[in-house]
Amino acid sequence: MTGDNAPAQAADYFHDPKVPETPVRKFNINFGPQHPAAHGVLRLVLELDGEVVERVDPHIGLLHRGTEKLMEARPYQQTIPYMDRLDYVSPMNQEHAYVLAIEKLLGIEAPYRAQLIRTLYDEIGRILNHLLNVTTQAMDVGALTPPLWGFEPREQLMVFYERASGARLHANYYRVGGVRQDLPEALIRDIADWCDGFPRICDDIEGLITNNRIFKQRNVDIGIVTKEEAIQRSFSGVMVRGSGIAWDLRRSQPYAAYNEMEFDIPLGVNGDCYDRYLCRMQEMRESTKIMKQCCERLLKSPGPVLIEDNKIAAPRRGEMKKSMEALIHHFKIFTEGYRTPPGEVYACVEAPKGEFGVFLVSDGTNKPYRAKIRAPGYPHLQAMDWMNRGHMLADVSAILGSLDIVFGEIDR
Amino acid sequence: MSWPVADTDLATLGQEIVANAQGAIGSAHVAYGELTLTGPAHRIVQALTYLRDVQGFHQLIDLCGVDYPEREKRFDVVYHLLSMTHNRRIRIKVQTDEDTAVPSVVEVFPAADWFEREAFDMYGVFFDGHPDLRRILTDYGFHGHPLRKDFPMTGYVEVRYDEELKRVVYEPVKSVEWRNWDFLSPWEGAEKGFAALLPGDEKSGGKQ
Repeated sequence: MTGDNAPAQAADYFHDPKVPETPVRKFNINFGPQHPAAHGVLRLVLELDGEVVERVDPHIGLLHRGTEKLMEARPYQQTIPYMDRLDYVSPMNQEHAYVLAIEKLLGIEAPYRAQLIRTLYDEIGRILNHLLNVTTQAMDVGALTPPLWGFEPREQLMVFYERASGARLHANYYRVGGVRQDLPEALIRDIADWCDGFPRICDDIEGLITNNRIFKQRNVDIGIVTKEEAIQRSFSGVMVRGSGIAWDLRRSQPYAAYNEMEFDIPLGVNGDCYDRYLCRMQEMRESTKIMKQCCERLLKSPGPVLIEDNKIAAPRRGEMKKSMEALIHHFKIFTEGYRTPPGEVYACVEAPKGEFGVFLVSDGTNKPYRAKIRAPGYPHLQAMDWMNRGHMLADVSAILGSLDIVFGEIDR
Repeated sequence: MSWPVADTDLATLGQEIVANAQGAIGSAHVAYGELTLTGPAHRIVQALTYLRDVQGFHQLIDLCGVDYPEREKRFDVVYHLLSMTHNRRIRIKVQTDEDTAVPSVVEVFPAADWFEREAFDMYGVFFDGHPDLRRILTDYGFHGHPLRKDFPMTGYVEVRYDEELKRVVYEPVKSVEWRNWDFLSPWEGAEKGFAALLPGDEKSGGKQ
């Protein structure tokens, strides 16, 4: 074909510099705010060159509820439920950081049995979180079965939440100086039995995903983070362990009863999405070991689960019916609360997503003057732009899945 | 290394940092088992570079603002650092006001980017040299800085879906009245210096 309508040949451009090169079209794509792979309400503005990602601009804050502002206006104990609503797939881990911060201000420590219960429920939270993350990450890259399999044990764990606290998700179970109430023996035995069966479920899920060709093609060598970069970018939790840094607050800055627990810390080698998946899978097995140890100790060591000081911990209902003093304490706690000495504290725990910290500024009243929540997902999501540059569009959801993002804690 | 760190070790570390930071860090004190440093705001980049390169605090854990409206320099900017190698935590605070920008530390810690954007969004603290100082958590087109103490809890506007206009509309807040119950007992806490003034106290000229 000749003439103006002839399709251009590469040779034409080569020989005739006057003919302009056809520019490759650049795209701007909105990913979310409602997208099944966005893990909540995330809006990513993607700048693409063909199918290659040039820039990612995450727009967050669509779930911003002003938790920190609300916390400044309420007595300490009334703000514990806000913690559940941050990372809502592992609620009690956040409560733990918050009560640790207040306990540090007040200079008190929870009794041993309460520490064991906290350790037990922190690990349940870790499994809740990792089950959700691992299976939905598989869903993001195209597998539908893992979430269906993973949600059954999740449901069983939420029943354990319910049997301890009365709520499946927003537990509000930890108290300053202990936990709300003791665990019945039957519950501890049921949790121990569950721990025996869980490794098999892990095997099943691993059988579906770990050596799956598609899953590996989508995750191996994607989103590589080196050790130095992980530290520079303020990563924590699985995001640093996946890169091979042996850093776990449960081991290096132990709290609750982690000092006496035996567990291993799995490390990745390559720092890619696949290694992070493997770390999470192994962490669930380690968590099961810790839960098992907690159950054994709980069965052997009865005792109080809340400090006796009624200026800080509310008296029991039964006591209130008989004792005038208990009634007055109850009234005082649920109206005025307790005052903390002035000062600043930072307390953190190894939440399933990384270091979850609470920074409290107290002015000596019954409310925090300033409460800053340090969510692990915040610096992780911040690195989206840097991690995605040069990757393909399809890798965006794989990387996002491996970052383990929940918007409750990022937007606060 | 052992955890928790003894107060005496932290105090020694604080003195060493103050002595070696060439004036970029002014004071150090230990409270609640944590080391807090303060310094002049305009030298924060130098202070953090020193802490990172010499003292091994390689990770910026958190950066946030605190508002004290009664102070002349009303804002604190608080940096939390972590050293994984020495297993230590440290806090450094600088003061600034509504107009003076604090130098951005994005060059020292890339992770400071969003933290500084958040402090700007929530408090209106400016960061000099930040590559992209936009709002981050609040709504598109939001006015004001919500975590300032003089910003009301309810905010100024509320949104609802308007059936006639078929879109979301913004209106001044009218649906809720914020009730701030003050349950603080006026009889307690005088020994700690924050008791409320009881009726009649003003006759003694402020002395209680």
